[in-house]
Amino acid sequence: MNDLDVLESQSIHIFREAFNRLDKIAMLWSIGKDSNVMLWLAKKAFLGHVPFPVIHVDTTHKIPEMIAFRDRVAREWDLPMIVGKNEAALAAGMGPGQGRVTCCSALKTEGLKQVLSEHGFTGVFAGIRRDEEGTRAKERVFSPRNEQAEWDVRDQPPEFWDQFKTDFAPGTHLRIHPLLAWTELDVWRYIRREGIPVVELYFAKDGRRYRSLGCAPCTGSIESTASTVDEIIAELATTKVSERSGRAQDKESEDAFERLRAGGYM
Amino acid sequence: MSQNPLSIVVVGHVDHGKSTLVGRVLHETGALPEGKVEYLREVCDKRGMPFEWAFVMDALQAERDQGITIDTSRIRFATAQRPYILIDAPGHKEFLKNMITGAASAEAAVLVIDADEGVREQSRRHGYLLHLLGLEQIAVAVNKMDLVGWSEDRFRAVKAEIEAYLAGIGVRPTHVVPVSARGGDNIAGPSANSPWYKGPSVLAALDGFEPLAQSEDLPLRLPVQDVYKFDHRRIVAGRIESGRLKVGDTLVFAQSGASAKVATIEDWAGANLTRVAAEAGRSVAFTLDDQIFVERGQIAHLGGEGPALSHEIRARVFWLGKAPLAEGARLKLKLATAEHQVEVVAVERVIDVAELASRRGGEVERNAVAELVFRSRTPVAFDPFSANPKVGRFVLVDGYDIVGGGVVAEGVQKLPKSDNIFAVDHKVTAATRAAANGHGGGVVWLTGLSGAGKSTIAMEVERRLFLKGWQVTVLDGDNVRHGLCSDLGFSPEDRAENIRRVGEVAHLFAQAGLLVVTAFISPYRADRDRVRAMGEGFHEVHVATGLDECERRDPKGLYRKARAGAIPEFTGVSAPYEAPVDPELVLDTAGRSVDQSVEELVAYIEKRFSLSARRRA
Ligand SMILES: Nc1nc2c(ncn2[C@@H]2O[C@H](COP(=O)(O)OP(=O)(O)O)[C@@H](O)[C@H]2O)c(=O)[nH]1
Ligand SMILES: [Mg+2]
Repeated sequence: MNDLDVLESQSIHIFREAFNRLDKIAMLWSIGKDSNVMLWLAKKAFLGHVPFPVIHVDTTHKIPEMIAFRDRVAREWDLPMIVGKNEAALAAGMGPGQGRVTCCSALKTEGLKQVLSEHGFTGVFAGIRRDEEGTRAKERVFSPRNEQAEWDVRDQPPEFWDQFKTDFAPGTHLRIHPLLAWTELDVWRYIRREGIPVVELYFAKDGRRYRSLGCAPCTGSIESTASTVDEIIAELATTKVSERSGRAQDKESEDAFERLRAGGYM
Repeated sequence: MSQNPLSIVVVGHVDHGKSTLVGRVLHETGALPEGKVEYLREVCDKRGMPFEWAFVMDALQAERDQGITIDTSRIRFATAQRPYILIDAPGHKEFLKNMITGAASAEAAVLVIDADEGVREQSRRHGYLLHLLGLEQIAVAVNKMDLVGWSEDRFRAVKAEIEAYLAGIGVRPTHVVPVSARGGDNIAGPSANSPWYKGPSVLAALDGFEPLAQSEDLPLRLPVQDVYKFDHRRIVAGRIESGRLKVGDTLVFAQSGASAKVATIEDWAGANLTRVAAEAGRSVAFTLDDQIFVERGQIAHLGGEGPALSHEIRARVFWLGKAPLAEGARLKLKLATAEHQVEVVAVERVIDVAELASRRGGEVERNAVAELVFRSRTPVAFDPFSANPKVGRFVLVDGYDIVGGGVVAEGVQKLPKSDNIFAVDHKVTAATRAAANGHGGGVVWLTGLSGAGKSTIAMEVERRLFLKGWQVTVLDGDNVRHGLCSDLGFSPEDRAENIRRVGEVAHLFAQAGLLVVTAFISPYRADRDRVRAMGEGFHEVHVATGLDECERRDPKGLYRKARAGAIPEFTGVSAPYEAPVDPELVLDTAGRSVDQSVEELVAYIEKRFSLSARRRA
């Protein structure tokens, strides 16, 4: 097996463990490339089925092309989709103007928590990867969250030999990370190998493209001429710019992202 | 770059410079993104401290504030030779669980030792644990050589000390490299500070490690992870831990010993290929040519060379629980996809990893290593760790927490291997017995709520058949719980074990030619299905009296007690009853006399088991 086969099998194993061990599971679908790879792997794990709902937390600030893509794929693949929105915060006018981290916590983290508690999910798949950022590099594949959906980064459970933490107290839940071991380059090579659909925004137009997709106000595009998957792979093989460099909310302070994640962000 | 990355863990005592070494290696190999070093310089300036390479990995605020690594992290880099995954591990004793989390997935290790401080407690403990985890390739970096003035004598002294310790556990380091992680000496190439050192740099030492041998050439081990029924087919899913699988192979499932051929290997059509074979490491899904009972936890193999089966196993364990472990402790043991309820029956040795001495018995403190004997309620299928690590290791769970891990040395009192269980042929065949008795043997399994009428019906059926000259007996719930199953309670696990034992006994009686009628609530479908799979002649009879009616009858006053909360896990009240989906017979007792139900069941049994009835048919 080559490296992509190894990663694929490992991710399938994770999906199947979660499906077997947990009662109520769902998958977060941010519509970015990682989410789509995750969805693809779920279909591989369950032989073409997606036997749980996909959750999209809508901040209403997403780039319009992303929502159009979401609706098209959901229709084509007949996905059971739950769209969550923190209506109260949106009604009160929440936006990046109130501070990027504040906005992220309110619309994404809080929005997610509302969906989780409303449906009583005990396990949610999230497509984060270790190579994205320092605190994610320390994550577990099965990562517990307490009643407030908080992450106790100072006391994570041991996790070895693919024996995951699947016992947990009522009221708490698990974040499950099937893509943790993948890198950005792996993701694109896999997209190429499998022909996985992704949003057009990733491909360069007029010398710019998105490398990471989030909300419109906080996600910048990068200078690039890569307009095909092959060209993106070639670009990534040599780039020294980090993937989340276009994400403004990470940079407000040294620990901005850690605090976001400890509070329940993905 | 489709080469598989090699995983390297960096271990050693706290503050000896592991994270610094990792940060430096990443820098030297160009793995850090643009601006990272400048950014960290700013962070250090703001904190009023000199530049710290360790901050590359120590990303948490608490780690930077305290200057120690709390949790393990992983990062990729590549040399000209191959890609790597570099795993930084904490050195503080308090975070040993995180060190193991990092080290358990590595194929090789770098043990970092401070040249000034020399070998310390965690240097030894980490060395010992690496060996226990099965890592055989270890390189040593003697760090902070700048602090000892690049003294060759000091280097030799530290080298001799660590080599002596590692020799004691049977490990020879591949290289011992003098370095200054902070200064970047001997990391990517030779340093002018150590003209006396002729060996490889750290990166060259890494390039010298061998990738672990693939387990494809070992016998097939395929632990069943799940059984799916998305459509009419039953699809078995699992990961091949060792060996190879192909369509047409006859699989034997430990622990049941049942076997069937692989009919198809399933894949999702999005991948548009038909797979006919798969190798170790691959997650597969397949169908069988025969509807045998398969469930999570069983290990599929090719027969002949199956895993061992034993109720007792001896293992070397690292204990991570907050409280010490002692004899008599009850834990959950997870091996591959199986879960077993186990008891620690002996603490044979507790190992002092510093002195490499051991004492007999006593308690096992947190972070200590010990040799234990576990007894399991259910037979454990495994291979010794030395023969096949993937199915020779396990984790221990207490409540919600993973509290330790271990590697199996051997089974104590091995059971015959699963593929040999049916090897003893009987000289008296089932047909001979049936001819003598006038009826075949079999199991008539009554299931239903407490108070449904199972025992009453069973006893009366037994009496009538006996009078007709039948070889017949009843196994009843209340009776077996006094003897055969007196050690079991009413938790789902205990109920499962209770039913398993009764099922085995019932099938043994049936093989001896008896008609066995059983009267057990047996609320779980999976438990009953397992009994069905144990042998032939199983007939499931649902005594389908409704909950309301049972509660109204309440012959033993149990429902009243259960409603008052005096009986926990009472079926129908505080524990589930899973009615049979497709039973051979349903006895609906509502509005009927006991006599009518008994007659219906006797008629059914005669039709199915009596030889004259069969001849007439
Ligand atoms: N003088 C000197 N100090 C070092 C060297 N390597 C690391 N250190 C320092 O030792 C301290 C502990 O390093 P760190 O990498 O956090 O140790 P760890 O606990 O093993 O990960 C830090 O202050 C480092 O700057 C070295 O080669 N020379
Ligand atoms: Mg460290």
